[in-house]
Amino acid sequence: MIKLASLSKHFGKTVVLDGIDLTIEEGEIVVIIGPSGTGKSTLLRCVNFLEQPTTGTITVGDLTVDVNRASRADILSMRRRTAFVFQNYALFSNKTALQNIAERLLVVDRWPKEKAYQRAREILDQIGLADKADAYPASMSGGQQQRVGIGRAMATGADVILFDEPTSSLDPEWVEEVLGLMKQLASERQTMMVVTHEMSFARDVADRVIFIDGGRIVEQGPPSEIFHNPRDPRTKDFLKKILATNPV
Amino acid sequence: MDVLNVEYMLGLVPVLLGYLPLTLQLAGVGMVLALILACLFAVVRVLGIPVLNQLTIVFISFFRGTPLLVQLFLFYYGLPQLVSALTVIDGVTATIMGLTMHFSAYMAESIRAAILGVDRSQTEAALSIGMTNSQLMRRIVLPQATRVALPTLMNYFIDMIKATSLAFTLGVTELMGATQKEAAGSFLYFEAFIVAAVMYWIVVEMLSKLQHYLEIRLNKAYSR
Ligand SMILES: Nc1ncnc2c1ncn2[C@@H]1O[C@H](COP(=O)(O)OP(=O)(O)O)[C@@H](O)[C@H]1O
Ligand SMILES: [Mg+2]
Repeated sequence: MIKLASLSKHFGKTVVLDGIDLTIEEGEIVVIIGPSGTGKSTLLRCVNFLEQPTTGTITVGDLTVDVNRASRADILSMRRRTAFVFQNYALFSNKTALQNIAERLLVVDRWPKEKAYQRAREILDQIGLADKADAYPASMSGGQQQRVGIGRAMATGADVILFDEPTSSLDPEWVEEVLGLMKQLASERQTMMVVTHEMSFARDVADRVIFIDGGRIVEQGPPSEIFHNPRDPRTKDFLKKILATNPV
Repeated sequence: MDVLNVEYMLGLVPVLLGYLPLTLQLAGVGMVLALILACLFAVVRVLGIPVLNQLTIVFISFFRGTPLLVQLFLFYYGLPQLVSALTVIDGVTATIMGLTMHFSAYMAESIRAAILGVDRSQTEAALSIGMTNSQLMRRIVLPQATRVALPTLMNYFIDMIKATSLAFTLGVTELMGATQKEAAGSFLYFEAFIVAAVMYWIVVEMLSKLQHYLEIRLNKAYSR
């Protein structure tokens, strides 16, 4: 279970997250939508302390931290319970696909080499890139890189995987293979928080869609409700614009 | 005076070759120590560790801002005067100290720039899988920075090999010192120094080849 309570983030005087309260059940797939610049990335980055939140508490599994009292050790264990998939993939450029996936197991979990690489190979199989084990990121397509990025997140065994616009940097031809892999993970009930503009993914895969504007949760509910019966005028307005450019 | 005394030159080759190991030793030991020191300085600068950072800035400024020859004389003649335990410091030690400090100052700056050049997303990705700062430095940032810094560091190594010739001013008989002695005995200055020059030149060329090979290896991850 993930629980965010009164989570806020200020950049100087700018309030980017304004008291987010959110509980996500184990195995739930939550899609977060909203205009750009409303704090969606910041929300995900606060959950794993890539940004230091200003106030609030974060719970992941049996670990709860008050963000102001979080020690280095708390931050490290919070990061180890969450995994992140970046918009620009951010694969380790000095490591092969296999090494990117095995890195967490080798360095953080201190598994023996053989076991770590065996697990990494299993994941490469699952993401359909067994033949790319020894390829470096620079030689892979965007779609392949992002699938390795997801594989790296899978290897962490984290309680939740945070996806920040995982398909926004991709050429259109690679979008489907990445969404396909995410659907596969969703069908295995991997807990996910996904920021995306792919409305068809939200409709087909999400258990819950959350609309964020101005650093607050404006509206949330099952996709059918949000897409067909949005209540707040801001949600309606946003959906009208986004569905014009990304039809479902 | 005749044209070149080729016979003398050929006879000099094996003699001078005997002093090449000391030259390479001065540069090799100096380079290893300078690299270690430079990495420490660079990390101190990048992390902005208080006090150490300021001391490092002054150190780098001094050793970049003064001639190597002055530094060598400071260590060789000056240190024993300051520290009574060191009634004498031998020329080899003073040379290695001078080369280490002088070149570490330059190398620290290029290593620092290379570290800062590593994309921020690499650090974030490493943090996101739960690495500590030292793990991400060791496994992700420094290896990537090495590739960027390598050509510059190799150039400093080449400079250092040539700079070992200053050791003869401290009475060290390395390649340059030996040549000087041979030439003074035979009065065949041109012959003697051209042989020494060619020896330095060949060593440097071999290093350039090594540099090229290392660059290809380190760039392997970055070719399509
Ligand atoms: N490091 C930062 N410093 C200052 N402002 C930031 C920083 N990161 C994000 N912001 C600001 O926070 C707001 C929300 O950003 P972000 O979370 O990236 O939005 P979204 O992902 O919804 O597009 C934006 O106005 C952005 O300019
Ligand atoms: Mg964003």
